Amino acid sequence: MNDLRLRRIFERAALCRAFENECFRRIKSGAIKIPTYLSAGQEYIPATLSVCLEEWGIKDLQIFIQHRGHSQYLCFGGDMDALVLELLGDARGCAGGMGGSASIQSVQANIFGHDGLMGTQVPIAVGACYANRKPTICFMGDAAAEEDYVLAAFGWAATKRLPILFVVEDNDLAILTEKQVRRSWNIAKVVGAFGIEAHDIEDDPTRIERALCDVAAVKELALPVMLNVHTTRLFWHAGAGQDDGLKFDRHRSLAQHVGYHAAHINQAARDKVKEVWQRHCGT
Amino acid sequence: MATSLRDVIRETINTHLDAGYLVLGQCLTAVGWVANTLPQRSKDMVELPCSDVAGAGFAVGVALAGRRPIYVIRYQGFNWFNAALIVNYAAKSKALWGRPCPLLIRSIAMEGGIGPVAGSSHHSLYYRMPGVKILSPMTPLEYRAAYKEFMDGDDVVYLSEHRKAYDNEHELPALRPKCPEVVLFPISVTRFAAVQAARQLAELDSSRQIAVHHIATLKPFTPTLEMLLDLRTAGAGIVLDDDYPDGVAKCIAHDLIQASGVPDVAVMGLENRTAGFSAQVDNLPPTPEQILQFIESMI
Repeated sequence: MNDLRLRRIFERAALCRAFENECFRRIKSGAIKIPTYLSAGQEYIPATLSVCLEEWGIKDLQIFIQHRGHSQYLCFGGDMDALVLELLGDARGCAGGMGGSASIQSVQANIFGHDGLMGTQVPIAVGACYANRKPTICFMGDAAAEEDYVLAAFGWAATKRLPILFVVEDNDLAILTEKQVRRSWNIAKVVGAFGIEAHDIEDDPTRIERALCDVAAVKELALPVMLNVHTTRLFWHAGAGQDDGLKFDRHRSLAQHVGYHAAHINQAARDKVKEVWQRHCGT
Repeated sequence: MATSLRDVIRETINTHLDAGYLVLGQCLTAVGWVANTLPQRSKDMVELPCSDVAGAGFAVGVALAGRRPIYVIRYQGFNWFNAALIVNYAAKSKALWGRPCPLLIRSIAMEGGIGPVAGSSHHSLYYRMPGVKILSPMTPLEYRAAYKEFMDGDDVVYLSEHRKAYDNEHELPALRPKCPEVVLFPISVTRFAAVQAARQLAELDSSRQIAVHHIATLKPFTPTLEMLLDLRTAGAGIVLDDDYPDGVAKCIAHDLIQASGVPDVAVMGLENRTAGFSAQVDNLPPTPEQILQFIESMI
């Protein structure tokens, strides 16, 4: 991956991290009063995808997300002010103050919200993609990927050869239940059996970029593709807290690679996030 | 030549496809083209895999993309799978996100020897949820009006159809005798039984009269002035349904009681037990004879 692209990805992820850290602080302080699903630790998946697809000129995307979608929303062009307002329960929020953290959306960025039933965004994304053939990205977690109707949706996307990229953000956890307790199978192999090109990779931007490049179709998003990306959820399933044990932090690791500029990028991201929150909260 | 409800449905679907909208469902183009209610345009029908939950999700996605899908569910009981994504996503989309998700569900009931799931109507499943209109057209004009309502708006519309109505060529006007002793408020296929019950009673005793006010719009349900006038005159009413009574029927009875001030509005529907396949264990909607017996016991 060239340095310029990596830096853009790092900048985007830094903004997401700063946003989630600020949310963490405001949940603790009681300013955010609703159930909030923080995506800290998982930001390199949407950051890398959004930068790569932008640079490859893939436009007019439609994006379907689930809970823990703040980073997906921010990376793909969702408005930060509208997200802040949504978390505050304000009617000017991106989901009218109705959706909260779990059901954010952006009409402007063509990001569709989620209803709260795990994995429903997958068949819905497949149906929308079937209807308009627009390049589509559908995010889900490793637990949502276990829903029976999600598997059926993979199957129909394969049958109809739809231009859809399925992205499983695989943090290994359903709340706190690990994947190995829940299932014996590998989602990439299952999806591969449907005839969809599927990759099982780490959330290192270089690995994600390489997986995308390996699938020639992805540069035009002409066929269904699935990425199961192993990642780390740094905070609790919901709310502000940290699970026990040391966890790998991709952002900290990449900061060393980015080098001298990393601290400045992180600071600029923190400043920007703080400014937006202050605009709506006063502090 | 008279036009049957079946003909109207088929013409409606044809028009819908001509306009570039989509029709989705399972096994549409195979045996019988859904009781001959679909035009034989196999290339234009979207045949779905037999994945009911996901299939409803595909239909919701098509609706989000603005293709106004008609989603055909061949047996209403299959809504136990299908309803999840329709009522939780499509029906809430406008309120939550300001994104309309106009979807027409053709949900088809049938009766007799078809067992514990596939028989009868299941519109009560949807009734408790906001954001869904529920219509049950049993006549050609009612079906045209229902389709127009869907196309003119941006709502999720559940059409509770019944196969026994497909041959019907006639409209079903309200029966409003001057001094009814009871008012029937039938839904779906019970409308035919209600009319028959009124005729049978009149034949038995010309001094006895029943009013019948058909209910084709289940939700939102607004009692008409005529319904309330006749109910007050009679002092008693019965809501008839092809579903279990602990649902739409009791809700409508409650609405009628509230609006009329007449406390004596009963309900009749399926018996409160599962249906079996054999005739002796089946669970069918009220017959004209059962309706008349119920009236006698009520009065």
